[in-house]
Amino acid sequence: MSTDRLGRFANWNVAIIAVTVVVLIVAAATVDNFGTAQNFGFLILDLLPIALVALPMTLVIVTGEIDLSVASTLGLSSAVMGYLWNQNQPIETIIPLCLLLGAVLGAINGFFVTVLGLPSLAVTIGTLALYRGLAFVVLGDGAVADFPALYTDWVTGNIGGTSIPNVLIIIVVLAAVFGVVLHATPVGRAVFAIGTSEQAARFAGVRPGRVKFWLYVVSGLVSGLAGVLWTLRYSSARADNGAGLELAVVAAVLLGGVSIFGGKGALPGVIAGVVLLASLQNALRLSDVSNEALNVVTGVLLIVSVLAPNLANAVRSSLQRRRHRPEPL
Amino acid sequence: MTAVDLPRNHLATRRSSLDLVLRARELGIVLALAALVAVTTISNPRFLSGQSIRDILLGTAILAVLAVGQAVVVITRNIDLSVGSVLGLSAFTVGTLLRDHPGLPVIGALLIGAAVGGVCGAVNGVLVRYGNVPALVVTLGTLYVVRGITYFWAGGQQINADELPGGFLDFGNATLLGIPYLVLIALLVLVITGVVLRSYRVGRELYAMGSSPQAARLAGISVGRRTIGAFGVSGALAGLAGVLFAARFGTIDAAAGTGYELNVVAAVVVGGVAVFGGSGSVWGAALGALLLTTIGSSLAVLEINQFWQQAIVGGLILLAIGADRLVAARVAATLKKRGSHVH
Repeated sequence: MSTDRLGRFANWNVAIIAVTVVVLIVAAATVDNFGTAQNFGFLILDLLPIALVALPMTLVIVTGEIDLSVASTLGLSSAVMGYLWNQNQPIETIIPLCLLLGAVLGAINGFFVTVLGLPSLAVTIGTLALYRGLAFVVLGDGAVADFPALYTDWVTGNIGGTSIPNVLIIIVVLAAVFGVVLHATPVGRAVFAIGTSEQAARFAGVRPGRVKFWLYVVSGLVSGLAGVLWTLRYSSARADNGAGLELAVVAAVLLGGVSIFGGKGALPGVIAGVVLLASLQNALRLSDVSNEALNVVTGVLLIVSVLAPNLANAVRSSLQRRRHRPEPL
Repeated sequence: MTAVDLPRNHLATRRSSLDLVLRARELGIVLALAALVAVTTISNPRFLSGQSIRDILLGTAILAVLAVGQAVVVITRNIDLSVGSVLGLSAFTVGTLLRDHPGLPVIGALLIGAAVGGVCGAVNGVLVRYGNVPALVVTLGTLYVVRGITYFWAGGQQINADELPGGFLDFGNATLLGIPYLVLIALLVLVITGVVLRSYRVGRELYAMGSSPQAARLAGISVGRRTIGAFGVSGALAGLAGVLFAARFGTIDAAAGTGYELNVVAAVVVGGVAVFGGSGSVWGAALGALLLTTIGSSLAVLEINQFWQQAIVGGLILLAIGADRLVAARVAATLKKRGSHVH
C-alpha cells in the first residue's frame, strides 16, 4: 500500500511538472511576446511573492495546519515600510524591522495555534482581518513612493548583462533551503510525521507544538520579506498591497500535490505549481484577459487541484472494488 | 443551546449549569452592546437619534441574514467563505432584472435572489460532499470564481438608483408599524431558522453532524444530503441578503459585498457558534451581527479612524475563539467531575 501511495504521489509530481512544461511551450508558441526575454523577467517578478510565501506555506500545510494571514502580513509589512520611510528612517534599518515585524506577526499566529490550541483556520482568518486592518490604520489609503533607486533598481534589475532577474537568486536560494530542510533533515521528517499523525509524532519524540510555532514564525518572516520586495518592485507602499494573495499561494501549493489534510507533499511539485499558476496568469494577461477574470482561473485551479486527486482515488477504488466483487447472482 | 442533547430526566442540574455557561456568551454580548451604546451616547447624544438607530438596524438586517446562513453551515463543522461574492452576484442579477423589467414585483425579486444564491450554495455543497474536499478550500475557490463571474458580466457598468423601479426602492425604505421591512424579513429568517434548529429533527441532525460526523452517520443521518442542504440554505440566504442590499443602497456594481465574509464569520464566531461545529445558535449569531454593526456606527460617531473597523473585526474573532476554548475546557472539566458521580 505504501509503495502504491508513493507511486501515486510521484505520478502527481511528474504530472504537474509535465503540465507546466506543456503550458509554457503552448503559451510561448501561441501568445505574442510570452517567450521574450523581457517577459521572462516580468514572469519571475510576478511569481516572486507567490513563490516565496508558498515555501513556508508548504511546510505549514504538510503539518495539517494553514496560514491564511500571509497576504495581510505582506500588506502590513509594506505599510510599515512606507510609514517608516515617511518618518525619514534609513532604509537599512527599515528592512530588518519589517522582517522582524513579519516574524512577530507569525509568532502571534503560532501562539494562538500551538499554545492556546485553537484551530489555525479560525485564528488566521482573524489575523487576516486584523493585520490588514492595522495596515490601513498605519498608512490609511494613501501610497508612499520614492524609495531609493539603488534598492528598487536591484529588485527590478537583471544579473549583470544577462536577462536573468536578480530576484531569481532569492527564490532559488530560499527554495533550496526549504527543500533541503523538508526533505533531508530531521526537522523535515518531523513535519511529515506531525501531518501524518500528531499523536504518533509525539510518541516518537517530536514536539508538534514547538515545530508548528516556529513554522508560523518563518511563514510570517518570509511574508514580511515578500512585503518588502513587493514595495520595492512597484516602488509603492500601500496598505492593500498583496490583498487576496493567500488564494494564489494556497492554490499553488495544493496544485503542487500537497495534501490539504497534511502529511503529504514535495517541494519540487510546489515550485511547478507556482510556475504553472504564474505563467497561466501571465499568458492570459498578455491575451488581454482582465484581472477579475484571472481570479476565476485561480479559483477554478484551486478547486480542481484538490478535487482531481480525490476523484482519481474514488474512480480507482471503485474499479478495484468492482474487480474484486463476486459476480452478482 | 448545547452540542449534545443530554437526557433531561436525571441530568437536569447538569443541563442548567451548561446552559448558564453558554448563555453567558449572549449575556456578554448584550452587556458589551449596552456599554458601547452608553459610552457613545454620552460622547455624542446624536447616536441615539431615530435616523442613527434606523441605519444600525438596516445594516444589522443584511449582516444578520448572512450570519444566520453562516451559522447553519458552521454548526455542521463547515465554513462558507463565498457569501460575500454570492451576495454580489445576487444583487447584480436582481438589479439587472429590475432595470430591464420594472414590473417585477418585490416578492419576485426576493425569490429570484434567493434562488441564485441557493444554486451557488448547492454547488459548494456538492463539491464538499462528493469531492471530499474541505469546505474552506471549496468556498475560498468559489469566493473568487463567483466574484469573477460578476465582474465579467458587469464589465465595469453599475446600476444606479434612478434605473431601479420606485416600488423596489420604497421597499428598502418603507416600514410596517415603524419597523423597516428589511428588519422584518431578517427577523422572520431568524425566527424560522432558530425554531427549526432548536425543535425540529433536521435541526438536531445538523448539530449531531457538527459534534461528530462519524457518530451522526452511524445514527442513520444522511450526512451528505444535510451538508448540501446546509450550504444551500447559506447560499440562499446570501442571495436574499443581496436583494436586501440592492433595496437599501440602490447603487449596485460588481464589487457589492466584497469582504463581507470576514464580517459574517466574525459575527457568527463572536455570537458563540463554535468553529469546531456542534454548538451555538442563530440568536447568538444575530446578536454578533448587531454588535459588529453598532461598533461600525459608533466609530463614525466617536470620530475614530474608520480603518480601525477591520482590525477590530479581526481582534474580536481572536477574542471570541479564545473565549470559546476557555468555556469548552471549563465545561469539559465540569462534565467529567459530574460524570464520575453518575457512573
